[in-house]
Amino acid sequence: MHLQLLYFARLRDVFGLSSETLAFSGLTVADLVAHLHSRGGHWASELGHGKPFRIAVNHNVVPQTTPLKEGDEVAIFPPVTGG
Amino acid sequence: MDFFTVRVQTQPFDIGEEMNRLSAQPTVGAVVSFSGLVRDFGDCAQVTALELEHYPGMTEKILAAIIEAARQRWALDAVTLIHRVGRLPLGEPIVLVLTASAHRRDAFAACEFIMDYLKTEAPFWKKEHNAQGSQWVDAKTSDATACDRWT
Repeated sequence: MHLQLLYFARLRDVFGLSSETLAFSGLTVADLVAHLHSRGGHWASELGHGKPFRIAVNHNVVPQTTPLKEGDEVAIFPPVTGG
Repeated sequence: MDFFTVRVQTQPFDIGEEMNRLSAQPTVGAVVSFSGLVRDFGDCAQVTALELEHYPGMTEKILAAIIEAARQRWALDAVTLIHRVGRLPLGEPIVLVLTASAHRRDAFAACEFIMDYLKTEAPFWKKEHNAQGSQWVDAKTSDATACDRWT
């Protein structure tokens, strides 16, 4: 499947990337996180177990057990700090 | 005219003008206003400006859902929620929440509820600037705790 990935705020700065289209063969959000983690470097340190990032699929914050499908927009971002 | 509005914008807003708009409804007996401003300390000292980023598309949906949740709990005649993005110098307004109701208690409670959920759920991020450079603000557990009282 193809996913549209978006990164925001501090994570965008650290990854040096605001968006990418990814050809992905996993099933769930957890599989996607593992795939990105395997890139190493900042990806591994920022997306490691217990790190405080959030994931939204098609604008809804979801747990990592959530299944993914073709064309999903997946955003990865730090905890929010508006207001 | 829609009395429940959400706006995400770079430009400033006029609090008086926004309050007058809500007060025009004859059923409104109480309008509560909250404004959040850029102050000179946060995670860093001597902050000179904030930079506000958001997730276009998701932000508007989340803010509309928070207002809808408030309407389920309290009798509200109108809500105006404006959040600015971009670079905001010291002293500038960041966010405005106006809640209008027949009676003050509903308006007070709804205004606090909307701000508490905005701070923990709406995809905005702040970066502080001062003379030494800039730094992304960390999320605060006190904000999550503030939300817990509504559940």
